[in-house]
Amino acid sequence: MTDATIARTGQDHRAAYRASTFADVLGSEWVKLRSVRSTFWALTVTVVLGIALGAVISAATAHAYARFSASQKLSWDPTGVSGAGMAIAQLAIVVLGVLCISSEYSSGMIRTSLIAVPRRGRVLAAKSLVFAGVTFVVGEVTTFAAFFVGQALISGHAPHAALGDPGVARAVAGGGLYLAALAVLSVAAGALLRHSAAAIAAMMAVVLVLPLIAQALPDSWRNPVTEFWPTQAGSQLTSVYHSAHTLQPWAGFGVMCLFAAIVYAIAWTLLDRRDA
Amino acid sequence: MIEARGLVKRYGSTMAVNDLSFSVRPGLVTGFLGPNGAGKTTTMRMILGLDAPTQGSVTVAGRSYRDLPAPMREVGALLDAKALHGGRRARDHLLCLALSNGIPRSRVDEVLGIVGLEGVARRRAKGFSLGMGQRLGIASALLGDPAVLIFDEPVNGLDPDGIHWVRTLLRELAAEGRTVLVSSHLMSEMALTADHLLVIGKGRLIADTSMDELVRSSSRQSVHVRSPRAAELATRCRDAGATIGAATDPDVIEITGLDSAEVGKLAAAHGITLFELIPVRASLEEAFMELTQDSVEYQAAGAAR
Repeated sequence: MTDATIARTGQDHRAAYRASTFADVLGSEWVKLRSVRSTFWALTVTVVLGIALGAVISAATAHAYARFSASQKLSWDPTGVSGAGMAIAQLAIVVLGVLCISSEYSSGMIRTSLIAVPRRGRVLAAKSLVFAGVTFVVGEVTTFAAFFVGQALISGHAPHAALGDPGVARAVAGGGLYLAALAVLSVAAGALLRHSAAAIAAMMAVVLVLPLIAQALPDSWRNPVTEFWPTQAGSQLTSVYHSAHTLQPWAGFGVMCLFAAIVYAIAWTLLDRRDA
Repeated sequence: MIEARGLVKRYGSTMAVNDLSFSVRPGLVTGFLGPNGAGKTTTMRMILGLDAPTQGSVTVAGRSYRDLPAPMREVGALLDAKALHGGRRARDHLLCLALSNGIPRSRVDEVLGIVGLEGVARRRAKGFSLGMGQRLGIASALLGDPAVLIFDEPVNGLDPDGIHWVRTLLRELAAEGRTVLVSSHLMSEMALTADHLLVIGKGRLIADTSMDELVRSSSRQSVHVRSPRAAELATRCRDAGATIGAATDPDVIEITGLDSAEVGKLAAAHGITLFELIPVRASLEEAFMELTQDSVEYQAAGAAR
């Protein structure tokens, strides 16, 4: 062990090397994401909660459908019901998205990462893209599985939806897109705040707490919140029935993407300027 | 080759680094020496683009670090061996770094072999001892087979075997023609590894000198003489402007201010027989203390001077 040698056993690595590319950084971030255990657990939680909760809610509400009032029956959205588990499952994506960068700050890995890739924007972009991509795939699998399981449980007890019905395919597929946008927002929040607890708390406030508080406010305050609050607006993409004071699906998703883009731009600017 | 010109880093009202200019040359181990808090790590962070200098600039291989097309191919760095995700396996940690700079996967196993960690490549880093962590950090620095290496206190916390291994490695890297910058707050450590020294204190450059020069220029240099006519020689030397140190043995004197040749000539001119004539060099430790005594940030009361 004491006779140190760094003699190259393979080819001379210095002889001909090429400049590092964005694709290299993407590959690096993919290895980072797949090589920690929290990734596997958070994604498993997303899939299991998304499908199982959706199934429980579908079965329960379908059985209650017979006792629904006329107005409740009018707003019956079987697609939204089977996808209801995602409201909780999305929290696992938020936590994992924040952690995939804030854990680099808490461990000090960020310094190693930025020495390897001093063009810091590339690190943030690659991290966001890889995590959003993985989230999109897992999200689509989950929402489609939750849809088919949910509709099977609903049919026979209440009107159920089919993928061919107007707006249904868009709402189911939209679940993965919504989660991907949420993934980018979570990574950006983690990069911006740099502390896991602070960033997770901030994201929980955005996703859960503020929309709940808005429900307690008078209509004049509540309506703009349900209409334009980024995650509320974005989730319009995932429902077929749209209540009053909500944006159209793609317009709503556009508002959410715009919000994520603004937070991302701030995070990018600060990452570039702050001492790491 | 690392070149710093007028580097300044200010944190609020604190000057961490104050007008630092130096160059680190290839083929030598350059020791970056200074007491704790002198600004060594801050300087290294500026070299590596982690901190932006308040003023001045620093280049590696002629470019600012952030402009290097594949930084790990040019510069290998170990700042803090604990700066990694403990839940990641050693091999995956190195793999994600290698991929980011387009370094082939095969090189990961090579460097694991070089640092002797191939047996624990699949273990998660949080279970590593300090020494294993340090070896993993050194492995990541060697990934790109870089011409410039920067190590911040690489032997901290290592056992004697590990310290010897790092020293040998540093010497070999320099012998291969690479530029090696290694920081330490221990002169004794530098004495064994460095060819050249950059000494800083309170953020300022105190000395930029070869190891030999540092010792030679120390004012503690003296001549040890044993002679039956020591008292007479002492008088002659004092007349020539030297200072005579007290010794317990009446036949022995310690002369400072004249070198051994001058003392020898003086003795011969007066026909004084000498039994011993020994130039005494200050130890590196003493030379270092002398240089930095004004710039130690936290000094124990009473221990001063």
